[in-house]
Amino acid sequence: MSETFLSIQGVRKAFGATTVVKDFILDVARGEFVSFLGPSGCGKTTMLRMVAGFEEPSAGSIMIGGRDVTNLKPNQRNIGMVFQAYALFPNLTVAQNIAFGLKVAGVSRAESDERVREMLAIIKLEGYEGRYPYQLSGGQQQRVALARALAPRPKLLLLDEPLSALDAKVRVSLREEIRLIQKKLDITTIFVTHDQEEALSMSDRIVVMYDGRAEQVGTPFDIYNRPATKFVANFVGTLNVLDGTVKDPARAVVHVDGREITLRNGALNGTRAGDALSLALRPEAIVLGRQEGRDSSLVGEIADVSFLGSVIRVKVGVGKSAVSLDTFNNPASPPPVIGEKTEISFSSGDLLVLH
Amino acid sequence: MKRSRIWSWVTFALGAAYFFIPLIATVEFSLRMRRGEYSLDAYRVVLADPRFQQTFLYSTVVAVFTILIGVLLVVPTAYWIRLRMPRIRPVVEFITLLPLIIPAIVIVFGYIRMYGSSSPLPFLATNRGADALLMIGYATLALPYMYRAVDTGLRTIDVRTLTEAAQIHGAGWTTIIARIILPNVLIAVLSGAFLTFAIVIGEFTMASLLNRPAFGPYLQNIGANRAYEPAALAVIAFAITWGCMSVIQVLSRFAPKSANNPN
Repeated sequence: MSETFLSIQGVRKAFGATTVVKDFILDVARGEFVSFLGPSGCGKTTMLRMVAGFEEPSAGSIMIGGRDVTNLKPNQRNIGMVFQAYALFPNLTVAQNIAFGLKVAGVSRAESDERVREMLAIIKLEGYEGRYPYQLSGGQQQRVALARALAPRPKLLLLDEPLSALDAKVRVSLREEIRLIQKKLDITTIFVTHDQEEALSMSDRIVVMYDGRAEQVGTPFDIYNRPATKFVANFVGTLNVLDGTVKDPARAVVHVDGREITLRNGALNGTRAGDALSLALRPEAIVLGRQEGRDSSLVGEIADVSFLGSVIRVKVGVGKSAVSLDTFNNPASPPPVIGEKTEISFSSGDLLVLH
Repeated sequence: MKRSRIWSWVTFALGAAYFFIPLIATVEFSLRMRRGEYSLDAYRVVLADPRFQQTFLYSTVVAVFTILIGVLLVVPTAYWIRLRMPRIRPVVEFITLLPLIIPAIVIVFGYIRMYGSSSPLPFLATNRGADALLMIGYATLALPYMYRAVDTGLRTIDVRTLTEAAQIHGAGWTTIIARIILPNVLIAVLSGAFLTFAIVIGEFTMASLLNRPAFGPYLQNIGANRAYEPAALAVIAFAITWGCMSVIQVLSRFAPKSANNPN
């Protein structure tokens, strides 16, 4: 990793007897886009608010650009932030909102006007400078909020679920726009979201949080394909969980629904023969029927078929478990029929052992 | 027409008659100063009276300072309670309602006892001191209206997020209150200000017992000694009050609109 820009060391936050962030450690490189991903109440927003200075850590330290900001007020940190509820100032026009931070910082009128024009061009809202927030759509308001946050050229940009109040279409286009702007300005960014798709599509790295802790920190590829814990595996993406029994730990052999499956070498380290375990498999790693190159298979019965247009989602009952898989729609072949016996196949290398 | 609608109109007509007949009667009586014909003589006499001009000017100045005291006291208090101490809001609301329960005469006698010329804070030893005490007293009387108006205004905006948005962009408390909070609750503040003005202009008890040359005692004095002029004064006072209410209505149209209208 290149030079660390934001360093969070052993941060803990307690409200009375409740600890909402526990020993949080993270180093973020300059220009990196890192997402805090997790369910409601996992502590991601509290962590972001501590970086912003709205909450004081109960323990630990936060450094930005090598400077300890743990005890600094929010207005002394040179941070830009975009809020979930836009938080545009209703009494100010678009231009005045964007120029707010510049005016507070005492930037000259000419420079401020120039910066506002530049920001309006970046967010593609030229000609809107005289409008008030209530005259804009949600997406436009959030773009103005982004421009307002970026105008004073902050060292760090914080995005607190900025897309969650928008409709699906605007959300997708705005997330692409935010990522483009972030890359263009090369600004270190922390993005808080509970939407895994947003986190996976936008981030350089993701911090999956659960119960106040960072469960896993990694690239979207690693988080999705090599989840470190059962929670991460379940929270990120759709996951099929199969119950199995360890047969031979040394050879990494398990029994699933009466069939023997050999896992990757070392996958069963620390287990003993007869131990029950959970195996996880992504829907895209499974195909209906036998297929060359897939070394493992299980027999089941079609339990449900959902036609989703280009894709058909099939649920297959395997023993006591139900396995979901997606197949592409093929006009030449009809979808599977509920109740039909079938075989599903997969590569044993794709199986994840959940701890 | 449906039977229920007829009863609605009858109720409305009775209510309107209850409010408007005394008003019309007062206006009609105020125009009968000249024998045998309607005239504006009573208004002319009242408006030409130097005591009217002096007392009205005095009360107006006192009202302006009372409003200033109210705004400086209530806006930061209501803002801080919404932002940082929402749990004590019911207590503060109760305190602000006390002037409606405690009669003005009790408050003013308390003032006279506490701030007499021999007390450590001898407000009543000088005219300026008595004026200041009157303004403080009026600010107390107007507190229920001013606090409610400002608090209602604050309820329409997301105080916490706007404060945090301003803070993160470098603003300190003075900038936040002056540039963000106050402009967004300005209409509410003006509503409170005009209600305060209406209360101060006609107030009698405090001004009379503190012996201040205010409009309220002048109204009472004229009412006790003249026939047509009190009616004209009542109509003028009524017009001022209604003028204030109308200004509130007009200003409320210019309130900053909420920006929270997602797609």
